[in-house]
Amino acid sequence: MIYQIIIGLEIHIEPNTKSKMFCGCQEDHFGAKPNTQTCPICLGLPGALPIANSEAIKKTMQLGLALGSNISKISKFYRKHYFYPDLAKSYQISQKDNPFCIGGSLMGKKINHIHLEEDAGKLIHSKDESLIDFNRSGCALIEMVTEPVFHDISEVMSFVKELQLVVRYLDISNADMEKGTMRLEANISLSTSEKLPNYKVELKNINSFKFLEKAIKTEIERQTNALNSGQKLAQETRGYDEKTKTTFSQRTKADSDDYRYFPEPDITPIEIPGSMILDLRSRIPELPEQKRKRFAEKYKLSSDYINILVSDLERANYFEKACSLSKEYKTIANLIINKNFDKEYPEPAGLVKKIYDLGSKMYESAKVTKNAVEKVLIDNPDIVTSYKNGKGQVIGFLIGQVQKKLKGKGNPKLVNDKIVELIRKNF
Amino acid sequence: MARLTKKDVIHVAELSNLKLTDSEIKKFLPQLTKIIEFVGTLSEVDTVNIEPTSQTTGLTNVVREDRVISENMLTQEDYFKVPAILTERT
Amino acid sequence: MKTPLTIKETQEGLKAKKFSAVELVDSYLAQINKYNKEFNIFLTVTEEQAYKKAKEIDRSNFQSPLSGVVVSYKDIFLTKDVRTTAGSKILESYIPPYSATSVNRIEAAGAIPIGKLNCDAFAHGSSGENSDFGVTKNPWNKEYVTGGSSSGPAGAVSANMSLVSLGSDTGGSTRQPANFCNLVGLKPTYGAISRYGVIAMSSSLDTVGTFTHTVGDMEIMYDVLRGEDGFDGNVKNFVKPEIKKRFKLGIAKEYFIDGLDAEVEKMIFEVKKTYEKMGIEVVEISLPHTKYMVPVYYIIQPAEVSSNLGRFDGIRYGNNRNSFGEEAKRRIMLGSYILSAGYYDEYYEKAMKVRTKIINDFDEAFKTVDAIISPVSPTPPFKLGENTKDPLKMYLEDVYTTTANLVGIPSLALPSTFSTSGLPIGFQIMGPRFSEHALFELGRKYHQEIDYKPKIAL
Repeated sequence: MIYQIIIGLEIHIEPNTKSKMFCGCQEDHFGAKPNTQTCPICLGLPGALPIANSEAIKKTMQLGLALGSNISKISKFYRKHYFYPDLAKSYQISQKDNPFCIGGSLMGKKINHIHLEEDAGKLIHSKDESLIDFNRSGCALIEMVTEPVFHDISEVMSFVKELQLVVRYLDISNADMEKGTMRLEANISLSTSEKLPNYKVELKNINSFKFLEKAIKTEIERQTNALNSGQKLAQETRGYDEKTKTTFSQRTKADSDDYRYFPEPDITPIEIPGSMILDLRSRIPELPEQKRKRFAEKYKLSSDYINILVSDLERANYFEKACSLSKEYKTIANLIINKNFDKEYPEPAGLVKKIYDLGSKMYESAKVTKNAVEKVLIDNPDIVTSYKNGKGQVIGFLIGQVQKKLKGKGNPKLVNDKIVELIRKNF
Repeated sequence: MARLTKKDVIHVAELSNLKLTDSEIKKFLPQLTKIIEFVGTLSEVDTVNIEPTSQTTGLTNVVREDRVISENMLTQEDYFKVPAILTERT
Repeated sequence: MKTPLTIKETQEGLKAKKFSAVELVDSYLAQINKYNKEFNIFLTVTEEQAYKKAKEIDRSNFQSPLSGVVVSYKDIFLTKDVRTTAGSKILESYIPPYSATSVNRIEAAGAIPIGKLNCDAFAHGSSGENSDFGVTKNPWNKEYVTGGSSSGPAGAVSANMSLVSLGSDTGGSTRQPANFCNLVGLKPTYGAISRYGVIAMSSSLDTVGTFTHTVGDMEIMYDVLRGEDGFDGNVKNFVKPEIKKRFKLGIAKEYFIDGLDAEVEKMIFEVKKTYEKMGIEVVEISLPHTKYMVPVYYIIQPAEVSSNLGRFDGIRYGNNRNSFGEEAKRRIMLGSYILSAGYYDEYYEKAMKVRTKIINDFDEAFKTVDAIISPVSPTPPFKLGENTKDPLKMYLEDVYTTTANLVGIPSLALPSTFSTSGLPIGFQIMGPRFSEHALFELGRKYHQEIDYKPKIAL
């Protein structure tokens, strides 16, 4: 039985704001000691109140604008209620109706919306107790939800990698899977018809691209086998176990959780004026796909080279700076990509100088060499005669003269051969 | 008009993270029913084309500059500990 | 010593060295020691802190707006390092690590904090009978309630245990106890005073309330408390407007319902006559959605309560959720039900829409009048135990008070007279948003006309 694979993605991105979403604690918590970046607001203490971080809102809109989303004229925050020890207030301030960005697409894949919310704390499970660290509680979190429009794994992987690149180009976040500033979830189901099936399995807690690929693959296999053997598949949440290379059930979602959303009264609605949208849109830098096209046109590099350079904005910028100093585009690309010369020469000008040094070992053409040899032979008839009379060593003098004429750029072997050849032929 | 059942009360208690005793459920059922009936009288008000009010200030765009404030911080440099949590978060 | 009953008298006395701040504290503490056991007004007395501050004040030249003013706080105001219970067993040992903005401002203005006051648990109540730490009795007559939920704050000032106190008003919790205890009470505009550090009950309705003996003192307190603090995003600064010379007042015809006690009704007519004697016109207006105030309130408030009380799970602070009292559990469940899937549109969203209509009623009314006179409680103070059997009956107490919270407007509760059974009765004046200073002017005029003198009960 051939099933159609239907996958939708939920991607969380932790923006690189200085402070958290609703309080003045530091947003970047990687490596911090537990509970050292907290305050009454992100600890959910009684009496604390949230105020929204304007920069987090801007970054969310920039992402939407870069992907062609519509920015909501009025956007609101909502309370999303559930009980869990790492959720300080027992509700998460998130969005529901009127998220900041609606629609949009990347690589032809439709996006449903992009919204802004706060993160929960971190729970570490050990045998007898669970430990909670609230450094991450209240951190801003941008969430993108795609439509269920992915039909194979390679589409998913290209999409998430390109999204990561776009986010980095926009300087919204370092979007690092290991650091947790980019998190991926996939909703997977199999269908026998055009219609969406009545279940979906959520794959969660996957923290690398590699694991995502493996997890989706094994989950598709599991679902295929289940359906083939006549089983019904339930709506559930599953995680990925690298040891067994399989997915495992975490929670069955018999019905969806009742989050009892209502508009957050402590935060005013956000009205985005058209002028701000225009301003943000005008400040969107060149995005990866645009850069690829431009590199192909301007520098005429191979698509492999282009992809490598474009996948690292810093390197791409270095390359372009070097190219503004020298037109040896292919050489520059080669030295960067294959010899990591950008690491050796932190300044592009240093790289370019190195190229000149190397280039001085680049030889004159055969035609120019031939002309020079002819000239030298005409100018030195006695030496030629000496050579013809068996005094082979005088060729050294002739080579020297030719090199002088060629300003040292003569190819030694070619010069030697040409002298010998021309003497034999004409002199 | 919604008539509450015992099942409703148990479900709502669960949603509210409250553990109720049997006698509490028995006590709350008629009280909640009565109150829900009372507040249900709003259904007679015509609210076609009326926007909901969730805030009376009329304010918009009250936001914070993105900077780190240290005056408010409370830290403890250790984990909060709870008995082992066996279920995954949603 | 006979403690002064106004801020002005207090500061004049201190400056003239008639008494010292320490002596004031001696006096109030003596009063607390004498009567607190019987009336159950204070939950925590901060004697050490009071003396420390009093000594500081005695070394100053009494120039701050509240220098030497002894204040007490409803136990929902977080006070750093001083136990804050919200009147509930959930927080019976909770020591907060920070103080509310209001507390900081009052104390920075020179006030002397003397303790934390009993209240209905989590501010749920209209009588003071819902505290997990026992009932607060009315200092005017201990068989009667003080009103709630700011039972302690009203009790403290009327029993002369502090000069002023802070309470809260979400559905009448300052105005009703103020009326029941012969005090001036203010429910400010929603967004005038920061709620940061006040344990939240219903986020779109909560306000910081104040209790004083006179309108003049109320104005001083209000100007110290109000304004942006960078933590409550709903607060807006405003410049005190010019006060009109001529006012026009309104009374809604819908206020005269069956449940309105004859004595209260009589008092309202007396108030009307008093203003008319001063040349202020009082006309009849209509607030057509008056009868829906309580249902709207009892949808929005429990919904927001169920949300705000979710954080009390006993994991990091306080006791676990089994320690919630009956009223808290009832409101939490009501709220969860109202917000749950399938019911949100029918109840919460519907209530939000009717709220819009109520606001429109008031916008219309304020086009023709400057302020609206209204009863606060439909009855004079009632006896302990009279309304406790039926929660719905207790909710109906809120028929005149929830309005101002739903619309977000200020209301000044004024003492007027005493009932035939010797209990205080009063009324409220409501005005448009940020019209507090006009309300103070109207309140001052009224008290001047009736030759009001502050009175303490004990």
